[in-house]
Formats: sequence, structure tokens, C-alpha cells
Amino acid sequence: MTALSITILTGFLIAILAPFLTRLMKHRAAFVLALYPLAVVIQLLALQPDTLTAPSIQFPWVPSMGLWMTFTLDGLGFLIAMLIAGIGTLVILYGGEYLRDDPYLERFFLWVIIFMASMLGVVTSGNALVLFVFWELTSISSFFLIGYKFEYESARAAAWQALLVTGAGGLAMLAGFVLLGQITGSFEINQWMQNSNLVQESALAPAAFILILLGAMTKSAQFPFHFWLPNAMEAPTPVSAYLHSATMVKAGVYLLARLFPVLGGLALWNQVVPWVGLLTLVGGALLALGQTDLKKLLAYTTVSSLGGMVFLLGLGTPLAVKSAMLFLLTHALYKGTLFLVAGGVDHSAGSRDIRKLGKLAKLMPFTALAAGLAALSMAGIPPLIGFISKEYVYESTYYYSNLPFILTGLAVLANVANVAVAGWVGIRPFWQQPEQKDEDLHPHKESLWLWIPPLVLAITGLFMGVFSQGTAQTWVAAATSAVLQEMSKVKLSLWHGITPMLLLSVLTLMIGVVVYLASRTLIPRLAAFWNKLSSVGPNIFYSRSMRAFLSVAGWQTKILQSGYLRYYIITILVTTVTLAVVTLATRYDSLPNPQWTQPRFYDVIFIVIIIVSAILVTRAESRLATITLLGAIGFSIAILFLLYSAPDLAMVQFAVETLTVVLFVLVIYQLPKYTKSNYPIHANVLHIIVSAAGGIMMVVLMLLTSAVPSNSTLAPYFMESSLPLAKGHNVVNVILVDFRGLDTLGEITVLMIAAIGVFALLGLKKGSKRGGNG
Amino acid sequence: MIIYPILIPLVFAIITVLFWENQRVKRALSIISTGLLMIVNINIFFVVYREGIQVVQVGDWPAPFGISLVVDLFSAIMLLTTSIVAFLLAFYSVDGIDLARRKYGYFPLFQFLLVGVNGALCTGDLFNLYVWFEVMLMSSFVLIALGGERTQIEGAIKYVILNLLASTLFLSAIGLTYNLAGTLNMADLALRLQAVSSSGQVTVIAVLFLVAFGIKSAIFPLFFWLPASYHTPPVTITALFSALLTKVGMYTLIRFFTLLFPFESEYTHTIILISAGFTMLTGVLGAAAQTDLRRLLSFHIISQIGYIFMGLGLFTEYAIAASIYFLVHIILAKTALFLSAGMVESIQGSFDLKKLGGLYKHRVGLSMLFLLPALSVAGLPPFSGFFAKLGLIIAGLESKQYFIIGLALFVSLMTLFSMTKVWNEAYWKPPKDPQYADQQKPVSRWRLAPVIIIVVLSVLLGLFANPVFEVCQMAAAQLMDPSQYIRAVLGMVR
Repeated sequence: MTALSITILTGFLIAILAPFLTRLMKHRAAFVLALYPLAVVIQLLALQPDTLTAPSIQFPWVPSMGLWMTFTLDGLGFLIAMLIAGIGTLVILYGGEYLRDDPYLERFFLWVIIFMASMLGVVTSGNALVLFVFWELTSISSFFLIGYKFEYESARAAAWQALLVTGAGGLAMLAGFVLLGQITGSFEINQWMQNSNLVQESALAPAAFILILLGAMTKSAQFPFHFWLPNAMEAPTPVSAYLHSATMVKAGVYLLARLFPVLGGLALWNQVVPWVGLLTLVGGALLALGQTDLKKLLAYTTVSSLGGMVFLLGLGTPLAVKSAMLFLLTHALYKGTLFLVAGGVDHSAGSRDIRKLGKLAKLMPFTALAAGLAALSMAGIPPLIGFISKEYVYESTYYYSNLPFILTGLAVLANVANVAVAGWVGIRPFWQQPEQKDEDLHPHKESLWLWIPPLVLAITGLFMGVFSQGTAQTWVAAATSAVLQEMSKVKLSLWHGITPMLLLSVLTLMIGVVVYLASRTLIPRLAAFWNKLSSVGPNIFYSRSMRAFLSVAGWQTKILQSGYLRYYIITILVTTVTLAVVTLATRYDSLPNPQWTQPRFYDVIFIVIIIVSAILVTRAESRLATITLLGAIGFSIAILFLLYSAPDLAMVQFAVETLTVVLFVLVIYQLPKYTKSNYPIHANVLHIIVSAAGGIMMVVLMLLTSAVPSNSTLAPYFMESSLPLAKGHNVVNVILVDFRGLDTLGEITVLMIAAIGVFALLGLKKGSKRGGNG
Repeated sequence: MIIYPILIPLVFAIITVLFWENQRVKRALSIISTGLLMIVNINIFFVVYREGIQVVQVGDWPAPFGISLVVDLFSAIMLLTTSIVAFLLAFYSVDGIDLARRKYGYFPLFQFLLVGVNGALCTGDLFNLYVWFEVMLMSSFVLIALGGERTQIEGAIKYVILNLLASTLFLSAIGLTYNLAGTLNMADLALRLQAVSSSGQVTVIAVLFLVAFGIKSAIFPLFFWLPASYHTPPVTITALFSALLTKVGMYTLIRFFTLLFPFESEYTHTIILISAGFTMLTGVLGAAAQTDLRRLLSFHIISQIGYIFMGLGLFTEYAIAASIYFLVHIILAKTALFLSAGMVESIQGSFDLKKLGGLYKHRVGLSMLFLLPALSVAGLPPFSGFFAKLGLIIAGLESKQYFIIGLALFVSLMTLFSMTKVWNEAYWKPPKDPQYADQQKPVSRWRLAPVIIIVVLSVLLGLFANPVFEVCQMAAAQLMDPSQYIRAVLGMVR
């Protein structure tokens, strides 16, 4: 297990080195890079768990926040990890050829390997927070892979959409995880399992469950969040095959399966999950039937299949869980193949429109073979593994206690669509005449590395079907055991007598063939129908809410950050006064009596000067007058200092005032011409009220604080120690230069900065008309 | 030793002024000064880490009569982080500031700003704190106005007036405090405010300080000066401000509301939480509405300040630790973003997202220098922003503050939206002007090297979040137990 976890983490390093390797070896780097997933495959096989005790290793990462690097490999993790690493090997080889002459091939390798390592991390993490870290990393790499052709608007939009939708779900999921962490006191998933009774009793559990479900739904493209997945087909085809069909979109399914022992006991689970899945299963299938693009066809059936898996997990019976695990394996095999085939066809024929493609088997025999095998599996025809999987699905719904007929009927409906799409994608382009002739298409022969990977996958599907008692059975049994937390036997066989399931299979196939043949009439009608419906679809909802968000943002910003200084000042003053008043009102029973001393007559003179100047400032006609009046206020204050026997302070105040006036003049000199604002009367009233309130607040606070006699020890100490310790008669002087010398140093510094400011502003103005490149 | 963070930049500022005409000497002095400062601060950090709170009584006058300088772990973390950023910015300034500004006082002002910042981080005295804030205000004002362009002057005036309003409130609050408690020494105050019988008086003063430093930290609804001014000076100066100014404001708020005013936490910290929520939200909405890269990033400063403030509002040891970690994270990540924006501008001559484009095509390396901190600010793992937010979320859930957590997560998504919007527009989209389509204009090494270093530091902060967060937890423990601070300053408690 140690070796496996180290290998997985090494993936990130390999990813960073991949671009350099690609520069050296061009597309041949694929052969080296494919060794990474291959190594994982080998290690996985060596560890293959078949019992409930999963090998596990733990080392700390950020234990102070509950992040432990816990790597665990049980049957569930093993099954998906095998798909990730196995298909990953093929996809790297395929991608190297597919993007052979592409200038950004190195970036493909970079992000695909980051994705691979992260996805392996998701399915082997035993710690929920670390799982989240890897989960988000898959979203980030998906963003870059969907936006691979970033110069196209559509690719950028699709990448962005996928990131925001899955990102939103991811955050919800994180909140759910943290809630579960609160309930159980741990972020280790096996602790959650052991304490599942705690979870089920907790009042927070439903909230945690819904939040986590949101994460799973967005990632696994469940209705109503499914819309990002078809749009994500902007990615190069190997990416679609790998991330958006075989692996990443299964992360949500994986998460539900993983947490089934923890949350499966909640009543909500059975009330919500099956319906989400069912809606997606049927909706995706019907949407698929309106498509003509190979990748869109596959994307919508992928949505449908993911819905199927969620649906089965939602049912939660042992049988349904088995079917879900089997379906997960089967789907990855055939859908991965068909995507790779679609890429090969696109590469050779230059089109993905099923109406224009036809008779490609001669040029692409091996691709046709792979496509055929995968299509048979998807359509559920023996001896492919898809057949067994479909039987299992029918069995799960048929024997489900509630509504067996409706559920089974809907499952048949979805599988009919699968049959038709399998034919359209896997059979028709190779064997039938094209429906429309397109003279611009000049198909060329298939390239070696574009048919080997799909064929390998397709043959795996065949083998697993024919020898279903072997590997597939072991793997699915191990995965099921991990989900159900009890040893489960799984028996896979192609033939188990004439059962209702077999009859349903035959029925599905028959209707499916009819639908397949009816493509010419069916597709345009369904497409038109969905087109009409799309105006209320979630895709439109997404773009509308984006626009709404932006206009709300713009509106609130214009109101708050209006650009008018006076509004800013009013807001700040109103905030201050409100807070102060509320605080006082809620905390004072009675106001203490303030202490008064009789003012002297010259105090009154200067205070009057200050008040009058302050009023006049507001009525001043020019900036110069304003500055002069403000100067008058400043100097009056200085004189008041002088009168209260603080000549030093007064001198400082004089200096500061003088400098301020000079600075102001300098700055104001550069402002546009002064125009006296004529505010409407109500604005003036508001201004007066606000300023008066500010002033009154200050006075009240002054009085309140001086009502309590302060017992300062400072003043007596300064008086006593000034002469003996600091050798100075003038106490104020001593305070300034000795007791609190550091303050004075700071104030001098302020003055110096101001002086530099004056000089620089003047000089720079003279030196250069334009102030540089700022 | 803890006088040096103030002394070094001050002495070098004065020497720099003496070499007014010699550009090379000024530039070298600024690098030497910040380098020295960084070394000293590393040293201070380790001393404080090992030996506890360090105190110097300036002029050897005993507390509370003279001025005490106090460096606890929180101060030490802030000193260290800001001096690293200052050191890197000194390099970036070589090319990132035009000649005219370098000639006219940029370097001494840079040093003076550091004097103010370090003074505020080190002081243990209320009035002395005011003085250092004035030093910061004056030097930042001149730095904004330097250059004298129309928009700059406009921004500078709004900046200085609103900040003077904050200073006035600050000073008034100091006066009231002195009136009430008769001392200015913060440790002494912590003791005496406890003893004041009427909590109403103390709380109303606390609220005044909250507003005063709220303006300085740019919280809701007091942040107006920031979006009005930050986009006007050269982006190097904006980066400097973003790393220092609002963060020192936040430092002070955390200090005040743990040391001086922890009594009525029910009341004050509810106000803080509400304000924090709005700060996050309005900041990110403001950012979403922008198409100018610098304005957009400036609004994000506000939004992220909201998160730090949220930690203070939650007021548990864990939450405060998360806030401190968030401060370190955002100082690094935000500086990296602004500096990246500066490089973008140096290549394509604009900050307008509509005009920019195509940088990912040929400039993968440069693109990564934006991408990594951007994802970090958006809170994606495994970057530092994720851990910062995770810490706050865990703390919030422990306090059962579900609403603010929901909001924090929503804002996180919007931040991701905004950051990826920048990515789409500036890096992915083909540029509007085809002359930039295959642009290979080199970026000066003076700029590139510091940005690479800061991005690497930012990434390491995420990957090695644990040791850093543990130190933040220690710092938070000190903050939540003011008796340690008081004992360190006043000696044995009388």
C-alpha cells in the first residue's frame, strides 16, 4: 500500500515533468508516460483486495485541520482505480497519436496526468478532506482539458461552466463533510462508518446528506445539473472518453457508494436518491435520441447511464448495489471504447455527424470491430458483459418492493435508447450508406494507435462477458462487499434460464431496433421538441443566473461605490453614530452627571471663531477661501492649546497647520476648476443632520468618559520624575523628548515625509508632464 | 532587538534621502535595507517562538510610564511576512517603478512606509500606535499622489480624506480612553478597562475603535477609499499597499478585540460577524462588476478582508488562528496577483480585460504565475487559500454559525468565478489587438524573479500548511489569553 500511495503521488511530479519530456520526444513521449498508469495497474493487481479488510496506510499532512493522508484500497476503490489506471494507459497512448501534431500536446499530457493522479487519489483516500482535495484537483484538470482549444469561445465557455457547476457542488460537499466531521469527531471515512449510528441520530445529518448529494450530483451530471456534461464535449475526444465518460463523472457515483454505509440508513436516502437517478436515467436517454453528433449521442447516454447508477444505489438493496457496481464497470468499458472510436472516426473522416458518415468499415476495419463489440455490449446483447449488466438492472427493479412495474418500464425505456444509440454510433457509420452525401469528406485509413486502444477495451468487455465467472465476478463482488460492508457473493452468468429478465431483454432489443431504423423521422422531431423545451432548461437557467448575478453585482457596486466623496463620508458618519447610539442605548441605565468648569471669556472667543469658520467653510465660494477658513480653525485650536499652557503642542500644531495649507494648495492646484455644488434642500438638510449628529456624539462621549474621575498614575509620575530622573524642569518638554520620545520621533518622521511629498509633487510636475506608465 | 524593525528602515530612509540624485545607490540601499529587515525579522520570529513575548521599554522608562514595544507571536508572524514581501518588492521596484517616480522619492517613501508598518506591529502603546498610523498614512498618501496624474490626485484625495476621518476617530477614541482609564500602555489598559465598572463606556469606545480601524482595514460599510484609490498608482505600489495597509488595520483590530475589548464579545463580535459577512459579499460582487484587472483585484482585497474579520467575529482560539493563517496567505497570494497583473501590463500595455488576451498561448510560465495564486485566493486545494478557508469553516461550525459559513462558501464560489473570468479573458481569449497575438516581449528579470519566489512561497504555504498553522494556533493561544501579554509588559501583576 505504501508503494501504491507513493506511486499515485509521484503522478503529480511526472505531470510537471511531462511537458519537458514532450519537448524532447514529441508525441513519442506517450510511450514513456503511459508507464505511469501501467505501473499503477500492476501495483493494483498485486494488492487486489478480496476481503473486507482493506490495506491502509496513514501519514499526517495537516493534522491540525484533520487532514491525514490515509490511503485505503478496498474492493470499491480497487474497481474504479483499475478503470482509471487501465483506461488511462490506453488514453495516453491514444492521445499521443490523436494530438500528434498539436502544438499543445505537452499541456494535454500535463493535465491528463494530473487528473489521473488526482482521480486515483479520490478513490483511494480514506480521509474525507483529502478526498475533497483530490476531487477539486480533478475539477481543475477537467477545466483545462475542456478548455484545451482555448482559442474557441465555445471551449472556454464549456470549461468555465463545468468548473463552476462542479465547483459549486464541491463546496456544498465540503460543508457536508465538515458537518459529518462535527458529528463524528473525525474526518476519517472508516470512523464515519463505525459511527454511522451517531450520524443517523444527529439532527444535522439530513443537511450533511443533502450537501454531499449536491456534490455527487454536480460531478456525476445528475439532473438538473447534467447540462455541463454534453457541453464538455468541446474537449478533445480522448479527454471526453476518459474524464467525461469512463472516470471523472463516476466520482459522484463513487462518493455515494462510498458513503452508503454512513448515509444509506437515512430515510432521505431512499426518498431522494432514486428519483434523482431515475429522472436522469430517463431524461438523458430521451435527450440522446434527438442528437446527430457522435459525441453528443454518447454524452447524453452517459448522463443516462450515470443516472442509472445513482438510481440503483438509491434503491440500496443488495441486488441493486451489485447491479450498480457491475454497470459501472461495464459502462466504462463500452462507453470508453465508443468515445475512442468516435475520435478515430472524426480523425479519419473529418466529421462526427452520423447522417454524413457511412461505409467506413473498409477503411477502418479494426475500429469497426472495436465499435461493433462495444455497441453490442451497450445494446446488451450476449455474450458481451453489457448483457449481464442489463439483466441485473432489470432484476433489481423487478424485485424492488415498491412500484416494480413503473421502475422496470422506465429502465426498459432507457435501455431502448441505449440500443438505438449503440447502433447509430457503433454500427451505422461503418456498415450503412451515409444518409447525406458530403463531398467535402475524404476519409483516410485508420492509424495504428487510434484503433489499438479501443480494440483492447472492447475485447476486455468481450472477455469479461464470456468468462464472466472470472475476473468480473471477483471484482464486482469485492466492490459490492465494500459498499454493503458485508461479504457479498456475486454470480455472473450469461444464461440463467428463461426468466422475466430475459424476456425484457428481448423486448428491449426489438423496440430498440425499431427506433434505430426510425432515425430519419425520430431524430429531427425529438430534436425540435427538446429545442422548444430548452428555453426552460437548466442550461438557460445557468446563463440567465450568470447574467442576473452580473447585473446585481453591477447595481450594488454602483450604489455603494458611487464615486461621490460626500456619500462615503455620510455613510461612515452615519455608521459611527448609529453604532455609538445603539451601544449607549442598550448599555446605560442612567447617564452619569458630567462635570463642568466655567469657561473663560477668551476660550469663548476662539471657540466662536472656530464655529463660525466651520459654518463659513461650507458656504465658501472658492478653494482658497476654504483653505483660509480651515487655517483659521487650525490656528484657533493652536491658540487654545497655548491658553491651556501647552506651548509645545501649540507650536507643533502651528507647524502642522502651515504645512497642511501648503500641501493642500499644491494638490488643489491640480484639481479641476472649483464649482460650488448647489445641493437640493433635502440634501443640505441631510448634511446638516449628519454633521450635527457626529458632533453631538463626540461631545456626549467626552462628557460621559470624564464623568468618571480618572485615577491616572501617569501625570503624578511625570511630575515627580521629570527633574530627578530626566533632568528637565519643563515637564511637557521632558514628556515629548524623553518619556515619550518615540512618539516625537514618529511625528518628526511624518513631517519629513510631508516635506518629501511637497518636493516630489512639485518636482515631478515640472520634470515630466506625464507621470510615467502608471 | 525589537527596536530594529523600526530603526532599520528609518535609518535607511534618511540615508536614501541623502543620495537623492543617485538612482543606483538608492535602489541598492532599498534592497539592502529590506534584506536586513527580513533577516532581523526572521531572527525575531525565532526568538519569540522559543522564548515567548519580547518587550522593550523605550528609554528604559518603566511601563506604563514610557512607551513599551511588544512583540508577541502574532506580531512576529506579521513582521516576518510583511518584510519578506517588502524585500521582494524592493527587487520588483527596480523595473516596476518608472524613472520619474524613482527620482522623486519613491525609495525613501517605501522605507518610511515600512517604518510606519513595523512601528504599528511592534508598539504596545495606544498613542504611539496612532503615530505609526500617521507615518503610514502620510507616506502612502504621497506614494499614491506621486506622479501627479489626474486620476491619481483624485484617488489620493479620497484616500487621504477618508483616512483622516479614521485618524480623527482613532485619536478621539484614544482621548476618551485616556480620560476613562488614565493610561496609554496597552497592557495596563487591558487591566484597567477590566476594572471600569460601567461596561457601556468601554464598549462605546470599543465601537469607535472598531469604526476607526474598520476604515483602515476597508470593511463594510467603510471601505470606499480603497476602490477609489488603489487602481491609480503604478501596480507595484498597489501591491505594496495591498500587502501592508489593510492588513495592519486588521492586525490592530485583532489585537484590540482580543487584548483590550474582549469583555462584551457577545455584542461586539456580533457586529463584527455581520460586517464581515457583508464585507465578503459586497467585495466579491464589486469584483464581479469590474473589467479592469487592477480594480477587480482591489475589490477582492475587501472581500478577503471579510474572511479575516469573520475569524475575529467567531472569536474562538481556532478561528483566530485561521484568521492569522489567512493573513499570511492573503498577503503572499494577493501580492503575487498584483505583480502578475503588472507583468501582464508591461507586455500588453493595458489592464483592460476586454483588450488583453492570448497569454496562455505562448507564455505558459507567466500564466502559471497568475494561475496558482488565483486558484489559491479562490480557495481551491491544495493551495493555501483552501486551508485558510477550511480553518474558518471548521471554526464556524464549532460555533454553530451556519449562516456565515454558507455565505463564506458562496463568496468562495464567486471568487472562483471572478478569478477564472480573468483567466478566460486575459490568458485564454485571443487578444483584441492582433499585434499581441504572438507577442514574445520579454519580462525583466527584476520583475520575474521576485514573483516566482512569492508564488513558490505561496504554494509551499499550502503544501506545508501544518507547521504554519500550528504556529498560528500558538499565536492565537497567546492572543486569547491576554494575561501573558500583560505579564510580559508590566512584570508581575500588581
